[in-house]
Amino acid sequence: MKLNIVVLAKQVPDTRNVGPDAMTPEGTVNRSALPAIFNPEDLNALEQALRLKDQNPGTTVTIITMGPGRAAEVIREAMYRGADGGYLLTDRAFAGADTLATSYALSTAIKHVAPDVDLIIGGRQAIDGDTAQVGPQVAEKLGLNQITYTEEILSCQDGVIRVKRHIDGGVETVESALPCVLTVNGSAAPCRPRNVKLVMKYKRALAPMELPQGSGYGDLPYASEYEKKDYLKLGQLNCADIDADLNQCGLAGSPTKVKAVENIVFKAKENKILTGSDEDINALVQELLASHTIG
Amino acid sequence: MNNVFVYCEIEGTRVAEVSQELLTKGRKLANTLGVQLEAVVAGSGITGKVEEQILPYGVDRLHIFDAEGLSPYTSKPHTAVLVNLFRQEQPQICLMGADVVGRDLGPRVSSALHSGLTADCTALEIGPHDDKKLGKHYDSLLYQIRPAFGGNIVATIVNPENRPQMATVRSGVMKAEILDPNYKGEVIIQDVAKFVPETEYVTKVLDRHVEAAKNNLKGAPIIVAGGYGVGSKEGFDQLYELARVLHAEVGASRAAVDAGFCDHDLQIGQTGVTVRPKVYIACGISGAIQHVAGMKESGIIISINSDENAPINQIADYVINGTVEEVVPKLIKYYKQNSK
Repeated sequence: MKLNIVVLAKQVPDTRNVGPDAMTPEGTVNRSALPAIFNPEDLNALEQALRLKDQNPGTTVTIITMGPGRAAEVIREAMYRGADGGYLLTDRAFAGADTLATSYALSTAIKHVAPDVDLIIGGRQAIDGDTAQVGPQVAEKLGLNQITYTEEILSCQDGVIRVKRHIDGGVETVESALPCVLTVNGSAAPCRPRNVKLVMKYKRALAPMELPQGSGYGDLPYASEYEKKDYLKLGQLNCADIDADLNQCGLAGSPTKVKAVENIVFKAKENKILTGSDEDINALVQELLASHTIG
Repeated sequence: MNNVFVYCEIEGTRVAEVSQELLTKGRKLANTLGVQLEAVVAGSGITGKVEEQILPYGVDRLHIFDAEGLSPYTSKPHTAVLVNLFRQEQPQICLMGADVVGRDLGPRVSSALHSGLTADCTALEIGPHDDKKLGKHYDSLLYQIRPAFGGNIVATIVNPENRPQMATVRSGVMKAEILDPNYKGEVIIQDVAKFVPETEYVTKVLDRHVEAAKNNLKGAPIIVAGGYGVGSKEGFDQLYELARVLHAEVGASRAAVDAGFCDHDLQIGQTGVTVRPKVYIACGISGAIQHVAGMKESGIIISINSDENAPINQIADYVINGTVEEVVPKLIKYYKQNSK
């Protein structure tokens, strides 16, 4: 059975390598000061989609990502691994979106570019927010069922998907009719590496936002390539393209507001400083034993 | 109307610890606001079994939804319960656990009601808020406080306009305290069919295994926790040895889990387990806020770190300047020598 799969992916600042200039004085994220990476669990999600594509010839895997021009890198990266194409959802009006406004934009885009979608797959959560909210919120906005914390898709046949998922203290196997939304855990199978042939094929793929200002594909060094190969022109959507209600986008559409942001400085306790020498460690152990702290 | 609601999660007929913790917090918030505390519980065969686990936390009204299809938990029926109940009752605050169920359910409910939701809060308070752009003043909003951005900052989030103000909190972050074992609250047995249309029962649970947790981090009096500074999977073997002689449990920071040194279950911190042991031995843990959020209530904190300026040293009672490799075997050796 051919499937129409949308993978939701996000380009995130690598919060595991944060420097002192990561935050602006206003308390927002200074994204330019951080390396941008493919959100790790979205790669696990992509792998589940690509496995379904391997098993079901004719299946298409389309990436949708929301972000600035450089987020199109996520689409290329996914295409290098086997995705068919994608859309960069980009507009100033989307800026400052919380999870609800993000899920509004994503669900509206899905309605536009993939009205007959069978499966929407995303990572469980993004490492810059760790909220795990966007997947379920998209599902609700589209009126679809959801399966979160997916470990593995066991089967997908005749419009029914069977999934092994993580639950608190265990696992469960559930079944749902398509279409539905899946979010995938980081403990699921890792994503396959880039395929060299696909890298060669798609390395010049660009979204319009990535072109130098005021120029078109015809002005690029390999202009004739873009004329012949439509797949090198990545999809791009703005607010108007998807008929989005501006009141539900970006900051305006976000019920949550950041009231305050603090860089945390721990209150220093009075502490005993020891070296790793035998004398110091021995004395510490004796002290802790004497006070019945240990033993 | 405009009360504080807590969604009580159950396994079988037992109310989850995190829900009991949130009922205690909910009671305090309701007192501050001068409103009532209400609880919602949905499951199967629970009537008569959950009341005495919930009311003693000071619950004024308990809504019970008891029907076959509501257990085990699936997304859409439980969403319908909350969404339709909230449309009717108009709560101002709704709290739920930040575990798999709460993180599956919370976002769906918030999406349906167009209300704000903050995940994994580490503190909840009531306070005023001024929106300078709109020139609007709010007397008492829920401050939803959480580490953000990889634990490098702590953010206070508010939802000025939309209700309910929703927040999830992890197990162990708040403390459960019975208010009055004989607290008199009203029990309302709701007609499930009025809230959940038949068409919502769309997920079939074919198979379900819940095992007791592999470790006892939450209840352990002593924890030996390893971070990135442990260096390797093999390095963790030393921590297990130290834990064995001290009768302790082994935990880890996110960096150690991400690096593959140990199992995900061992993660302590905002996105892992929150612990309050008598003694916490931090081995090669630098002390990102997200980690500290999960262990700062520990009695005595011992930090072993080769970096004298590691942030965790600030909250440690004992700082040992040395490598894990060097210090841990010595701790084992001298413990064995001295404890005989």
